[in-house]
Amino acid sequence: MWGVRGVPRAAALMALVGVVVLAFGASLVFGSRWLGVGAVGHALLSQGGADADVIVRSLRLPRTVVALVIGACLGIAGALMQGHTRNALAEPGIFGVSAGAALAVVLGLQVGVVETVGSTVWCALIGALVATFGVQKLAARGSGASPVGLALTGAAVAAMLGAFTSAIVLLDANTLDGYRFWAVGSVAGRGFDVVGQVLPFAIIGLILAAFNARDLDLLALGDDIAAGLGLSVRRARLVGLLAIGLLTAAGVAACGPIGFLGLLAGHVARRIFGARNSWLIPAAGLTGAAALILADLVGRLVGGAGEVQAGVVLGIVGAPLFVIVVRRRAVAL
Amino acid sequence: MTTATETAVVKPRTVVLAAGFAIAAVILALVSLSLGTTKLPLDEVLRALVGGGDSGTRLIVLELRLPRVATGLLVGIAFAVSGALLQTLSRNPLASPDIIGVNSGASAAAVTVIVLAGTGGGNISGAAERIGLPLAAMLGGLLATLIVGLLSIQRGVVDVSKVVLIGVGVAAAANSLVAWLLVVGDVTDAGRAAAWLAGSLNARTWSDAVPVGIAVAVLLPVAMIFGRELEALVLGDDVASSLGVRVSRVRVALLIVATVLAAMATAGAGPITFVALVAPQVAQRLARTDRPPLLTTAMLGALFVTLADLIARNGLQVLQVGPYELPVGVVTAAAGAPYLLHLIGRQQKGR
Repeated sequence: MWGVRGVPRAAALMALVGVVVLAFGASLVFGSRWLGVGAVGHALLSQGGADADVIVRSLRLPRTVVALVIGACLGIAGALMQGHTRNALAEPGIFGVSAGAALAVVLGLQVGVVETVGSTVWCALIGALVATFGVQKLAARGSGASPVGLALTGAAVAAMLGAFTSAIVLLDANTLDGYRFWAVGSVAGRGFDVVGQVLPFAIIGLILAAFNARDLDLLALGDDIAAGLGLSVRRARLVGLLAIGLLTAAGVAACGPIGFLGLLAGHVARRIFGARNSWLIPAAGLTGAAALILADLVGRLVGGAGEVQAGVVLGIVGAPLFVIVVRRRAVAL
Repeated sequence: MTTATETAVVKPRTVVLAAGFAIAAVILALVSLSLGTTKLPLDEVLRALVGGGDSGTRLIVLELRLPRVATGLLVGIAFAVSGALLQTLSRNPLASPDIIGVNSGASAAAVTVIVLAGTGGGNISGAAERIGLPLAAMLGGLLATLIVGLLSIQRGVVDVSKVVLIGVGVAAAANSLVAWLLVVGDVTDAGRAAAWLAGSLNARTWSDAVPVGIAVAVLLPVAMIFGRELEALVLGDDVASSLGVRVSRVRVALLIVATVLAAMATAGAGPITFVALVAPQVAQRLARTDRPPLLTTAMLGALFVTLADLIARNGLQVLQVGPYELPVGVVTAAAGAPYLLHLIGRQQKGR
């Protein structure tokens, strides 16, 4: 019942690549100042120093690349979480993973460990991994991780971690000013250096996710059957959690906690490509990339003098989606 | 008309518990009045409370510390009763204003006032602060409740099982709005908003305490008058309506009571988390009743917040970490979140 009937998956995937390319182009062309396609081409190809060239090369291109990479990371993290937890609501932002990463980053800032984005990644990574495993373990104490149990456990953990984060921020007035811009989730002002620093983590996460895709198809049959087919369930789960932690950490370190992106990407990709993870996961990456680029672009266009951060745009778009998923699914408490 | 259900069954156990919690809360409040940068002996505090003592002591006790302690007591009552009503109405121990989005809606509206009515110098004009903040918080809370309620309607009836999850979604949307407002605002206003968002009793004045006090004084009795209806609702809608309870009207009325209480408390002290969730559950367990007993819950809420604020104010000094004060919301979160996780675990196992 899912999937696009009659359209080959390869064609659909190519179409999705086309969407990402179009979004990428639009992000370079549109902004507080409209630049023609020719001007953008000129900026990219020549070494000129005209205003348009500078705007494109030093402002729009970096943030669009950041959105591309981080969107892909968070989209894939969301799809992996939905697969591993068999939970339609799974999402790094809602499940406390981002909150864990955020707390670790703020702790790092406070102690003075964090100065560069590079060290931010390490903190975010540790926080994201601890929160991922912690929420899983806590939720699994009952009758496995039911959708509602997992969502509420995530909400509880996120609330607690959030309280600690705000306490630390409040005790140190200087941290607040940096933190509030980071906490909203944005790609503005993030340059190639940021991408460079999170890229190793993103790449390892993406490789692990690729390896995990086939195992995830087997796990979907149930742990017992998967084990009967020769899969090491423990290892597959561990690889999956590690991938989720790495991808989320890369995203949080680079752009702050951006919510709902994994939920959005996972569901759109599942809608088009069905449950096969070797298609679903790359599709979720592409969807996430397109969504974050477009959210950033929309925020730039509607903001007027200032701009609305991509994290806010996604929060406002993502919450209704969350509600739709909740209403569709028979998730009883 | 004297049916068995109409005579309100007041268990002696709940009364004893309520009295015990109330006495404990008052003792802690007195301790709280005596502790601070200037430590005062208890007898001087008591003398100042009845109007005696020297003027310096009276200033510290009556003007500086009493508003804060009173706000804490009242906010604790308001949050706890709100949680008790929501948990009874939804027949779900996890329903509480902080989980289902009431607090987030109230926060978003209140932060809007703090940031947009701010002068950039960290102060907002008197009227916006005194009237605008509570009003905005109340409207924001009501709006969030309305949205969650409408979205939870499926096939014409409120699907109780989905209220909590939809609340999580609505809360997330409201929170992203708050994050944006913090960025838009001047850094001083953002600081004020952030401090308020953590749930703090720091520097409360009577203008914070009085609106909460009025809400509690009016709405707690209203909620208690509905005791028989609440008793019947626990048994299910069908049983309740066969007992002559107009289920949907009672539900709407009590939902409004719960929302206003939570929103006024949020306006007074920020969204202090987990009080509304934990106090009713603990009160219900201790009282061994089939729903959270309102008065016992109220007194436990007051005790919980007062104790948490005492720890928040003095904990770090005792540990010798520094002269800092924590926001009370951090302490309630640290105590409440593990309890919520425990509740979720139990509920999962029970299925």
